[in-house]
Amino acid sequence: MLSDYFYLEEVGHEKGDLIKGLQLIQQKEGYVSDDAVKAVAANFNMAEAEVEGVLTFYAQFKRVKPGRFQISSCDGTACHIKGTPLIQQWIQAELGIKSGETDKEGRFSLETVACLGCCSLAPVMAINGRVYGKLDRKGLVKILNEYKKMD
Amino acid sequence: MAQIKRIKVGVASCGVAAGAEAVMEALKRNAGDVPVVGVGCIGHCYAEPMVEVETENGSVLYSSVKGDDASAQKILSLSEEGRFVIPEIRSSKEALYVTKLAGRIEPCNLEEYKANGGFSALKKAFSMKPGEVVDMVKVSGLRGRGGGGFPTGMKWSFLAAKQVPEKVLIMNADEGDPGAFMDRSMMESVPFQVLEGMLIGAYATGATKLFIYCRAEYPMAIKHLKIAIAKIQEAGLDRLPGRENPLEIKIKEGAGAFVCGEETAMIASLEGKRGTPRFRPPFPTDSGWNSLPTAINNVETFANIAPLINMGGEAFAAIGSEKSKGTKIFALAGDLKYPGLTEVPMGVTLAEIVYDIGGAERGSVKAVQTGGPSGGCIPAEKFDVKVDYDSLKELGAIMGSGGLIVIGKNRCMVETARYFLSFTHRESCGKCTFCRVGTMRMYETLERICAGEGCEEDIAFLENLGPKIRKGALCGLGQTAPNPALSTIRYFRNEYEAHVKEKICPSLVCPTLVDLTLDQSKCVKCKLCIRSCPAGAISDGFVIDNAKCLKCNSCLEVCPKKAIKRVPRGQGFNSNNK
Ligand SMILES: Cc1cc2nc3c(=O)[nH]c(=O)nc-3n(C[C@H](O)[C@H](O)[C@H](O)COP(=O)(O)O)c2cc1C
Ligand code: SF4
Ligand code: SF4
Ligand code: FES
Ligand code: FES
Repeated sequence: MLSDYFYLEEVGHEKGDLIKGLQLIQQKEGYVSDDAVKAVAANFNMAEAEVEGVLTFYAQFKRVKPGRFQISSCDGTACHIKGTPLIQQWIQAELGIKSGETDKEGRFSLETVACLGCCSLAPVMAINGRVYGKLDRKGLVKILNEYKKMD
Repeated sequence: MAQIKRIKVGVASCGVAAGAEAVMEALKRNAGDVPVVGVGCIGHCYAEPMVEVETENGSVLYSSVKGDDASAQKILSLSEEGRFVIPEIRSSKEALYVTKLAGRIEPCNLEEYKANGGFSALKKAFSMKPGEVVDMVKVSGLRGRGGGGFPTGMKWSFLAAKQVPEKVLIMNADEGDPGAFMDRSMMESVPFQVLEGMLIGAYATGATKLFIYCRAEYPMAIKHLKIAIAKIQEAGLDRLPGRENPLEIKIKEGAGAFVCGEETAMIASLEGKRGTPRFRPPFPTDSGWNSLPTAINNVETFANIAPLINMGGEAFAAIGSEKSKGTKIFALAGDLKYPGLTEVPMGVTLAEIVYDIGGAERGSVKAVQTGGPSGGCIPAEKFDVKVDYDSLKELGAIMGSGGLIVIGKNRCMVETARYFLSFTHRESCGKCTFCRVGTMRMYETLERICAGEGCEEDIAFLENLGPKIRKGALCGLGQTAPNPALSTIRYFRNEYEAHVKEKICPSLVCPTLVDLTLDQSKCVKCKLCIRSCPAGAISDGFVIDNAKCLKCNSCLEVCPKKAIKRVPRGQGFNSNNK
């Protein structure tokens, strides 16, 4: 329902604020659904295809619903050389998901991001915005287990 | 005991990630009437969480503080234990002009910023004519800190020359180099200083609209800037002399596209479009955001302005090397002891940065990568190079925005190049064929080499294609994307050759070129490795089958006896080639 997205009013109708509108949706819903695309197109008075074009250009936007615990694994330079490829393998072993995937229960999802700005703590990941640094296998498993229990 | 006046806890993102919030709470619980405040970061990341105690006899620093009551009590009693002293050798090389206040004051406290000389530069600028401010910036020799090194005074003079009622000044806070965090730290720690630079820029150039384009991954930077802007507006500091209306100041968040750090792409993104670069001319100073004359400067460039105006152009020009004036902030990360931020005069040597400041052990370092995905690597043999715009270019690297990744002896340079090309080919906006297809080809070739499927011609192919992409690309992304591959081939050809000729990864990094082995003479049969292996590759007889092994290092990490190692492919057991 388009009226579900009434809060788009907040950003107004100027095309220059399209990205802001999409960001607001993602912030509230966790992703940008097909319905949301329609609502955004209507709000900014533009074609849906044009909105899609902008959406696909920017890595930040998710088109599928993420898990309740969103893991952002940093693969910036510092983290990469300090072992992000291994970290992602361990996450896969623990949770059965690769980058870009959500588990069947909708519990965890994993995405790869470029630099969280805490390179000195590399390798780093964030879960729902909370940053964990200096990861090794033991620490990682412990953190994931804590989240499993929380659910 | 000296009277404690105030306690400061470093709560920039990096400090928070290291546990500073718990430290802050513990101190608040125990401090009684002593104020406990959050500050930004002084750049010694390795020592986080950090606490500074202000006493009547000066300050005491504590490092790696824990978030419990006992630790808080120790600090409150000014215990000798856990005190932190900035290593002498480091302070002797640093020159803190731009970062002087970072981590020393409350980031969003306007009064405290003013009490420490904040907005005195703005006042001084107002006492000059706008053109005189531009001239002072010209005389200083300040060059843009965003990577390109374009003279800031000249850029400002282009914008100032436009006689139109509306002009735009943008702060590039996209910090796209994955592995750089100078700009984040400045925005989090001293948002007023960064904004003061923008206000002075607006006065000097006649800009009426100020935009900040900040990457969305920096929520704390955005928050601090927003608070600081509100306070600036409240205090009327956004009203420039001789102007009828206050400045329009807006923050826009990026949405995760590296190419949006490029000026024309950023402008497109600010207009709500796909962030693709366009051909120049027209230059943004002629026609930029919504066709208005527009100038873009980097965060650190703006952070330089207030100190510059305060000391004057000549004094600024006296710092640094012949053609690169002032200081540069570097973000040190990777394989070194003291990762963090450091501000040094231009012209110090790479060795001083890596060994003296970064604490990396001589002999443990293979190379550094400067300039991120656009930059190049510099091998340890060349660390006596002076760090400035021109010297680094001669070595096939660039100064870049200041990200400096130290690469240890145990890392693979081919894999590192593969990593950067995977980044640039993903981030290419696709507009130029050479960039889109060329970076893809380079990436695929590097993938093949890392997988042990490369041949000698592949190296020549990369060397041949690189310069073509450089020439055929419209924007800096494509023009610099081949650098990591070309510079690693230039300095580490032996590693490439080992991969293609002998099918060996000398650093034992590339997964397809390694086997894992288990040394039974060291093993105590605890079975931890067997349990940790996601592929069931370790038998009950404690033999690793490399046909099944994923090279994930799980077993290696859990083994209490260090009985498991990576070895060149073929040296381990593999059930496929019995
Ligand atoms: C692909 C690409 C990415 C860039 N990313 C950034 C960035 O993240 N931050 C930045 O300040 N400049 C970046 N730049 C440089 C800017 O285009 C521009 O030169 C700079 O912001 C100008 O400011 P300065 O003169 O103060 O350095 C990038 C350039 C290119 C080509
Ligand atoms: S060089 Fe690459 S990123 Fe730059 S405009 Fe061309 S295709 Fe886009
Ligand atoms: S973890 Fe190490 S010590 Fe334990 S069984 Fe495996 S190889 Fe042996
Ligand atoms: S590279 Fe991972 S936080 Fe910067
Ligand atoms: S401690 Fe702040 S940048 Fe590292």
